[in-house]
Amino acid sequence: MGYPHKPHPKETVVLSECFGDRDARSYDGWIERGGYRALEQALGMDPQDVITEVKESGLRGRGGAGFPAGVKWGFMPKKKSKPHYLCCNADESEPGTFKDREIMRWTPHGLIEGCAITAHAIQAEITYIYIRGEFTEPITIMQQALDEAYERGVLGADAMGTGRQIDMYVHRGAGAYICGEETALMNSIEGKRGNPRIRPPFPAAVGVFGMPTTINNVETLASVPHILTRGAQWYKSLCRSNPKSTGTKLFSVCGHVTKPGNYEVEMGFPMGELIHELAGGMRPGRTLKAVIPGGSSVPLLDREESETCVLDYEGCVEAGTMLGSGGMIVFDDSADMVYQMMRIARFYAHESCAQCTQCREGTAWTVRILQKILRGEGAMTDLDLLLDVGEQMTGKTICVLSDSCAAPVGSAIKKFRGEFEAYITGARQAVAALV
Amino acid sequence: MADQDLVTVTIDGIGVSVPKGTSLLEAAKQAGVLIPHYCYHPGLPVAGVCRMCLVEVEGAPKLQIGCATPVAEGQVVRVNRSPEAQRARQGVLEFLLINHPLDCPICDQAGECELQNYVFQEGQARTRYTPTFAKRFNPVEDFGPDILYVPNRCILCTRCVRFMDHVAGEEVLNVSERGDRAFIGIHPDRELDHTWSGNVVDLCPVGSLLSKDFLHKARAWELDKTPSICTGCSQGCNVNLDGRGHTVVRVRPRPNVEVNRYFMCDLGRLTYRSMNRGDRIEAPLIAKGGQLHAVDWDHALARAADAMRGASGRAVVLASPSSSNEALYLAKRLCEPFDFTGAVRAEQAGEEAPLPGVANLALRGERAPNVTGATILGYTDRFDAAVEAAAGAALVLILDESLEGVSGDTLAKAGTVVYLGTALPEVARAAGLVLPVTDVAEEDGTFVNRDRRAQRYAQAKPGPGMARPAWWVLGELLVELGRGEPFSSATEAFAELAEHESAFHGLSYARLGWGGVVLEERAQAEVTA
Repeated sequence: MGYPHKPHPKETVVLSECFGDRDARSYDGWIERGGYRALEQALGMDPQDVITEVKESGLRGRGGAGFPAGVKWGFMPKKKSKPHYLCCNADESEPGTFKDREIMRWTPHGLIEGCAITAHAIQAEITYIYIRGEFTEPITIMQQALDEAYERGVLGADAMGTGRQIDMYVHRGAGAYICGEETALMNSIEGKRGNPRIRPPFPAAVGVFGMPTTINNVETLASVPHILTRGAQWYKSLCRSNPKSTGTKLFSVCGHVTKPGNYEVEMGFPMGELIHELAGGMRPGRTLKAVIPGGSSVPLLDREESETCVLDYEGCVEAGTMLGSGGMIVFDDSADMVYQMMRIARFYAHESCAQCTQCREGTAWTVRILQKILRGEGAMTDLDLLLDVGEQMTGKTICVLSDSCAAPVGSAIKKFRGEFEAYITGARQAVAALV
Repeated sequence: MADQDLVTVTIDGIGVSVPKGTSLLEAAKQAGVLIPHYCYHPGLPVAGVCRMCLVEVEGAPKLQIGCATPVAEGQVVRVNRSPEAQRARQGVLEFLLINHPLDCPICDQAGECELQNYVFQEGQARTRYTPTFAKRFNPVEDFGPDILYVPNRCILCTRCVRFMDHVAGEEVLNVSERGDRAFIGIHPDRELDHTWSGNVVDLCPVGSLLSKDFLHKARAWELDKTPSICTGCSQGCNVNLDGRGHTVVRVRPRPNVEVNRYFMCDLGRLTYRSMNRGDRIEAPLIAKGGQLHAVDWDHALARAADAMRGASGRAVVLASPSSSNEALYLAKRLCEPFDFTGAVRAEQAGEEAPLPGVANLALRGERAPNVTGATILGYTDRFDAAVEAAAGAALVLILDESLEGVSGDTLAKAGTVVYLGTALPEVARAAGLVLPVTDVAEEDGTFVNRDRRAQRYAQAKPGPGMARPAWWVLGELLVELGRGEPFSSATEAFAELAEHESAFHGLSYARLGWGGVVLEERAQAEVTA
């Protein structure tokens, strides 16, 4: 549902069913809406069967990478020799993405339920819900819901009266984008600087506090109860295009559309429809120019590409981009792509953790070159330089932050080269580049 | 090695077998291929952040870092033969130079700088970084008693942070700020004053962490490096003496995995100062009419031999625990016709200061390098008793002992007093004969460390004036007394020692090499028996 808008008939509301419904936030309200039945069901199942069910559903990570959730859980040691941990990645910092926030604001118990089921499946005693520091309202709501869940015996040493121990904590981040990267998130939970770790070892072997850990995105975990109650087959059926992408996905549509907001649609939904119908299309007199479909970290699509793009993992790759977090940033023809790219690059330069050379120096260099072009002092060689620097920043670092900076900038130069050249030749008047 | 699982990989066309779990970078070293790197150091945990060691591994979708990628059977790795990996390394170098000031002409690291070396080796001739862009600037920071931090030169390899966190076990350094604003920060209320903190200067691949003691003293290419053993304590850390002309300007650790790995303590670093002292004896001195007069060696040796010839009774050797095995052995041999008592001062001169991250490595309380060697060669640590015995002895031989607390009267009561020393303490003026000897930087020799490891040290500079190594002086005395052939080198002196001292049986300078050999336990039993 496009809260605060009314749900559009073309939406498939599963996760967003209770968005805007204040009563769903309380334990009693959640029970009334059928909550915690999935958890009860899961706790009666063998953990392995829960994993199998989720594998069967085809649920894939909603944080951006799209890795099959059940497979990821399967990496956890079957024979437990150490404590296991579950981390819920609620450090939603991707520019243009605001779906996890809404899940936490309206259905905190839904997330707790999903976390508890997953904790059972991977045999984890402790779950950390790592919420970005700026999310003051979701943090308060989640904490209240968590306290309530403990009071009602959903969590704790004797979760749902089954004798299983499931503990859950809300961990507040300090507002670093990089802490949304799973290994940086683990470092942050441990009280260390939020630097991504080199892999291997992978979190399923050596994770938070050196113990086997699974990290999932809020949306992924919130989908789990629905899969258990309605079955893997039902979830699999929510698919319009490629059978490898199943279920519903929340898209945060923002930018130059008349009705920005979250829209929940089946995988494989056409991007054109989402923008022009669900999100209300462009402002009057304006036309679509470009879309960055997966937060700011992926290559952008021009008008033609975005109107034919199919919104699932494979469809986006086919269009030359990635589904990412589902934060769609829409630009109309009034957007200055050079300036927009500079703003995006500035974000990454600010958020780089400073570990890898390419990222630390490359993001800042990219910003400086773009600012130089905006000031009207650029040269044509700067464009090739930007592309080459981008290539050096891609696939060579510990995490993908530097790739995320290079991808939109590189694609903008390829698709909107004329705009960059206009600044360089003086055809377009220089602007003050410092935000 | 034989019982370990070996993995065979091909690196730049060179096949090499290494134990399972070895990193590509270490395996490449075995194959004779140096994969350029900054953050990796064999003595530190792997960080994998500089991204300089990217190599092409056949079958991998993208370049892999050599420091963190373990070898796999049959792997084909390309370092210098991969244009893609070379391009990536060029890219890293270009990125590193963005904020690096090219102040090599005034930088202490120039000449031994890994950034300089790799840029020279494979970097691009020109940067594409617009010259009008400002470089990051942060003022020089005083990190501690001997360490300066020059943030502008820093490439954030984090070796220093990892050394302090994981090896020294004192978390005083960190990476502060993010992005290209990052720098190495220090705990606001602390200093970098750990006993082992000087290692961060060695570890720094660029001129970002500098020793105040060495600041602007010499250029790296002017220095001659001589392998030596630290004389600061009984640990026996392997070191290099860096000398310029006839002056030792600094002491740096020389890797020895068995003894000190890659490290040495700050106290050891200062031992070079005593090697440059100016108050040295430069000529043999003979007492005549209550005064010491300079003479030549022939005269001095003849005089000493005369005094000893025909004498009998007790002979006492008061030796410095910094004397070489060769000198200690020959002094003992010289006393063979006498009733021999030899002693060294073996005292706990300070607190033990371990380096937590390395097993069995510490600045030892016993602040002398060769007490164990002296013990094996039959010297006791009952120094005061030996001094008492000296009073009525026919011969007292002093081997560069400080003679602190020994009164001139004691020596006056002895028959012949021969003093072999580097400097002349007031008490030693009571000796009838003063013979100038060289110090650790001026001679070849061996020490035995506390773990019974016999280790060689080499001559780094000439001795002052007519000073000669103690083994030469004592050898010549034996010749003069008709009891031996002259030695032409320390190698020969050691060969004789090895022949006569069971603990050293079968050893030679060649056998010792530069890593040393542990003397077997059985030997000591024989000696004491």
